[in-house]
Amino acid sequence: MDALNAHLVPAVDGVAYGLLLFVAAAGLTLLFGIGGVLNIAHGTLFALGGYLAASVSDGSWSSAVLGLAVAVAGGTAGGAVLAAGTLPLAGRGHLPQALRTFGLALVGGDILSTVYGGDEHPVKVPGSVNGMVHFFGHVYPTYRLMFIAVAAALAVAGSVVLGRTRAGALLRATADDRAMVGAMGYAPWRVHTALCAAAGALAGLAGGLGAPIIGPGPDTADKVLMLSMVVIVLGRPGSVLGAFLAAIAVGEIETLGVSISSDWAPFLLFGMMAVALAGRTFRSSGVADGVAAAPGEAPA
Amino acid sequence: MTAPTTPATPSQDPEEASVSQDSEVLAAAAAPIAGPIRSSLASQLGQRLALRLRLRVAGPAVALGVLLLGAPSMFDDYGIGLLSKALALGVLAVSVSVLAGYAGLPTMGQAAPFLVGAYTAGIMGQHGQDLGVVQLLCGTATGAGFAAVTGLVATRTRGVAFLMTTLAIGELAVAVAGRWHSLTGGTDGMYGIPPVRPLPGTTQLDTDGAVYWYVLGACAAVVALVWRVLRSPVGKLLLAGRDHEARMRSAGHPVAVHRWLAYVAAGALAGFGGVLMCTVNAYVSPADGGFATSALVLLAVVLGGATSPLGALFGAGLIVATRDWLSGPFPGHGPLLLGLMFIVAVYALPDGIAGLRIRVPRRWPGRQRLARFRRPQGPRRPDQPERPERRAGSA
Repeated sequence: MDALNAHLVPAVDGVAYGLLLFVAAAGLTLLFGIGGVLNIAHGTLFALGGYLAASVSDGSWSSAVLGLAVAVAGGTAGGAVLAAGTLPLAGRGHLPQALRTFGLALVGGDILSTVYGGDEHPVKVPGSVNGMVHFFGHVYPTYRLMFIAVAAALAVAGSVVLGRTRAGALLRATADDRAMVGAMGYAPWRVHTALCAAAGALAGLAGGLGAPIIGPGPDTADKVLMLSMVVIVLGRPGSVLGAFLAAIAVGEIETLGVSISSDWAPFLLFGMMAVALAGRTFRSSGVADGVAAAPGEAPA
Repeated sequence: MTAPTTPATPSQDPEEASVSQDSEVLAAAAAPIAGPIRSSLASQLGQRLALRLRLRVAGPAVALGVLLLGAPSMFDDYGIGLLSKALALGVLAVSVSVLAGYAGLPTMGQAAPFLVGAYTAGIMGQHGQDLGVVQLLCGTATGAGFAAVTGLVATRTRGVAFLMTTLAIGELAVAVAGRWHSLTGGTDGMYGIPPVRPLPGTTQLDTDGAVYWYVLGACAAVVALVWRVLRSPVGKLLLAGRDHEARMRSAGHPVAVHRWLAYVAAGALAGFGGVLMCTVNAYVSPADGGFATSALVLLAVVLGGATSPLGALFGAGLIVATRDWLSGPFPGHGPLLLGLMFIVAVYALPDGIAGLRIRVPRRWPGRQRLARFRRPQGPRRPDQPERPERRAGSA
């Protein structure tokens, strides 16, 4: 019971962190799973949202809402730039697109560090959620509890949009058969642009909402990109539910894992990812090879 | 979506393909006519093709040779140091080009065996073993050993899963290097590594110029070896396994073993590059083998043209030159220049640096293209898709 008590706060923190990663990774998994664009600039869009929200917010509710709106607008604009950059490369595969988005990320990162400098920018959250709440004898920041509620609502809204609306059906159809969607009269470049803009908006929103948790700073872009990539690969690209579960798992590893055993913390995340990917591969190849294994097929 | 939006490349390729195709068709068509005529025609065409091949490879090789041999008199010490660094990274890029281009395994963790090789050299140097040849051999062996173990898992995966598995391996290697204080010096890095003696009986390399010549010699030897091996049937086996795995398996080729061997060979190459990097910097830290290095080197390969070791060398040189040398007048803005270079290059050079073509007038009639740079696997067959990245997009 003591152990449970000691790790309750990190565990709740892990949920908040995981939900933040989910909102951040949702844009990436949308773009990668459906649009086929491996967007290296995703973390930069997240950082852009965070910086914009931080520069607008002054501790009042209206400024917080304005900050979120500005962050979403900035992310959408960034997504539009991304669409313009990746459209001419459609059909050339992941690596040229990754090269292009990596270039955009470097340029964007340089602009951000020139404008905002090399310091962390703290965000002022509205006073009424800036305090602490008490539960089960622990104190916990109110903002994070509120964030958990908001992010959970976003996750539900996102899966409803993707699963139950016409626009969502169009996106899922694009993932399955791009040419057929084009034949149905939806111009591919419009679908692609909308996808990039939506992914950018999600990244900006995550950056604005998450700024009090992962503050905008020089390392933010790389960190968010890396964690988001882990999340979408663990949750299988394009899968919302998979990304959700993976995000919560990664969030718990990054908080609960560190509080349980700080010695092993640096190895936990990537160790788990390597084990999960290898396990998945061995399982699927075991099924496939059972039928069609060639003699001498086993690796040396 | 694909047809109207892929400019430049398709218009070049069919023409180039048709050149080699034409000569083959001609030779085949001439076959029934008469023995002597056929053989002379075929041999003439063969000679012509061989001449074009030689020109295409010789052009860039000569240009590179002139630049590298003349560099010590053209640049100052800083420039020479950068060039040595670019060569060491270039060996790493060549190893990625073997994996990504030939084996079809784009990797994001090739800096891990690179780091293993660099630490091997650093530890040997600190313990009094300063013979360059021995360090190179041991670094190559440890890099290969590291890849042999990690490859057992990594080469079972494909595509993005392989990318992320190698990324995980790379990050784990960096984490281990940062925490194993007694061996690696932790995150502070390992310093006080003495200069090497290239061969028994030679003196220590104590100037930037001397280090440069040593690195250049080692680099040239290993790249020539790789080039030779990839032009042998080994390269064909890897390419066939990349493009037609099921067919190769049915024909009895152990494709998975080939892939694992390619991974081990690439690890050995990366270890070799790591030893050179340790010699150039006289310092090793976990940051040398991080995500940034792996990503930059993968992009150097994309920039150079995936199946060209020479292109990978050019790509690595271009990246180092842009980031550390061109950015001299704008301190702190190296990433900006690098980013702009990537954005432009991916559009301007759809086949990478190795895909550059220059039109020159020909003496004999008929319009043909003389290509300045070429990939190493021989004339393209119409049924052999050459660019893995483009195929991957349509899949």
